[in-house]
Amino acid sequence: MAEYLILLYEDEAGYARAGQQGLDQAMKEHNAFGENNAAALRGGNALEPTGAATSIRKDASGGFAVTDGPFAETKEALGGYYLIEAASLDEAIAVAKQVPAPFGGVEVRPIRTFD
Amino acid sequence: MTADSSVVAAVADAHRREWAFVLAATVRVTRDLDLAEECVQDAYARALATWRSRGVPSNPGAWLTTVARRRAVDLLRRDATLRRSLPLLLDDQVDQGPAELSSHEVEDDRLRLIFTCCHPALAPEAQVALTLRLLCGLTTAEVARAFLVSEPTMAARITRAKKKIAAARIPYRVPPAAELPERIHAVLTVVHLLFTTGHTAPAGADLVRRDLVERSLDLARILRLLLPDDADVAGLLALILLTDARSATRVAAEGRLLLLEEQDRSQWDRSAISEGVALVREALRRRPPGRFALMAAIAAVHAEAPTWQDTDWREVVALYDVLVQIWPSPVVALNRAVAVGLASGPAAGLAALDALAAEPQLAGYGYLASARADFLRRLGRTREARQAYEEALLLTENAVERDFLTARLKDLTP
Repeated sequence: MAEYLILLYEDEAGYARAGQQGLDQAMKEHNAFGENNAAALRGGNALEPTGAATSIRKDASGGFAVTDGPFAETKEALGGYYLIEAASLDEAIAVAKQVPAPFGGVEVRPIRTFD
Repeated sequence: MTADSSVVAAVADAHRREWAFVLAATVRVTRDLDLAEECVQDAYARALATWRSRGVPSNPGAWLTTVARRRAVDLLRRDATLRRSLPLLLDDQVDQGPAELSSHEVEDDRLRLIFTCCHPALAPEAQVALTLRLLCGLTTAEVARAFLVSEPTMAARITRAKKKIAAARIPYRVPPAAELPERIHAVLTVVHLLFTTGHTAPAGADLVRRDLVERSLDLARILRLLLPDDADVAGLLALILLTDARSATRVAAEGRLLLLEEQDRSQWDRSAISEGVALVREALRRRPPGRFALMAAIAAVHAEAPTWQDTDWREVVALYDVLVQIWPSPVVALNRAVAVGLASGPAAGLAALDALAAEPQLAGYGYLASARADFLRRLGRTREARQAYEEALLLTENAVERDFLTARLKDLTP
């Protein structure tokens, strides 16, 4: 077995437009996803919107540049993740296809192991 | 043929026919693609020496597989640390040897290898490269030449793909039935891309890359053998056979491009055509018919028409109408428009083409310009025809195609 991180990339504006009703609907879908995939799920969280993000980079003078905003400015931003266990990439993709992400999509990344 | 050269020929033949079979069975022992490739290369080198002294075995594939698998078992036994350090391929039925095997399990192994090489989690160009390397046994230099990139670029592409297979744990298996249609489609797309790249090389001195066409035909035949009930597989094999049946007549002796209209139909490969037509009939029995079956059916109409004038263009248009429904690609729409022109006259064809002028995907596509040029020429609109030929010339890098367009342009010069 191996662990995979499923990253949810979605357009935050979509949720803003959908309002409270949209959020409730998404929450319901995530709960159902969690119940259906309890055997594979090892963890997961929703993130605050990118407006709450702070990025930190090394600057040229050897110090740190701390900036407001996410690391990469894209239309679809990282909004949450699930940590799952799966035997193969095919199994992980099968779980990832069930993740509710109405305003974007998901990325599957294997968790690296070090001996 | 001397005894020595007949052994060399037997090894070359086994390389072409048995590489995928031998490698796929060896991967089951090594669970590592690089190590398996090394053992298989070693087995072919040994074949050259051993077959010289002891004769060519009755089943070269089984002989090579046994030697390659024994070598793999030896290497892994001798170097237990090697085994531990490899990121192993995921295999639900790990086969730790013995080195001998039944022919039944091998066929299954070849399918595993095909589905691994054409996994949708790999970039399309990596799928094609891995397929040529692992299934057809081409060297990295040969794969690089086929796609006109440098050898280090291709080597990096192949290494990256192999690393992803291991790191992301792309399984070495035949997908379960529920995923099979989608995954077979990915495999067929790779084989079709190989064929089209070979059939009209995007650049270079030759119109056809024979090596790529033959590899795609080999792969389609392997798939047909392994998935005999799949209509899309039958359709793709039919398409390749029927299109390639005309290959001997596509270029004149002096290298000039010959259009379907000018080709010597008596030189078409009749045995390929009858095999292809039988496969089309089989593939079309499935409803709705698949993309490759419809494309093959169109090729079959051409293959069976005794002359260009006798071509059933209405049937061709009808088939394109169905194809454009299930596969709405601008290129299909373009081919349909050309068929409309041939069924109903150049003015109708030109109108159908002009409806596609705004299609962004066709903006850099030379065939749109050359098809327009041809209809304009038939309508006697010489000045516009010349402009369209000039535009088409800007859009192809293939020398044979360029010569053809230049000649047409010259004919229209007052």
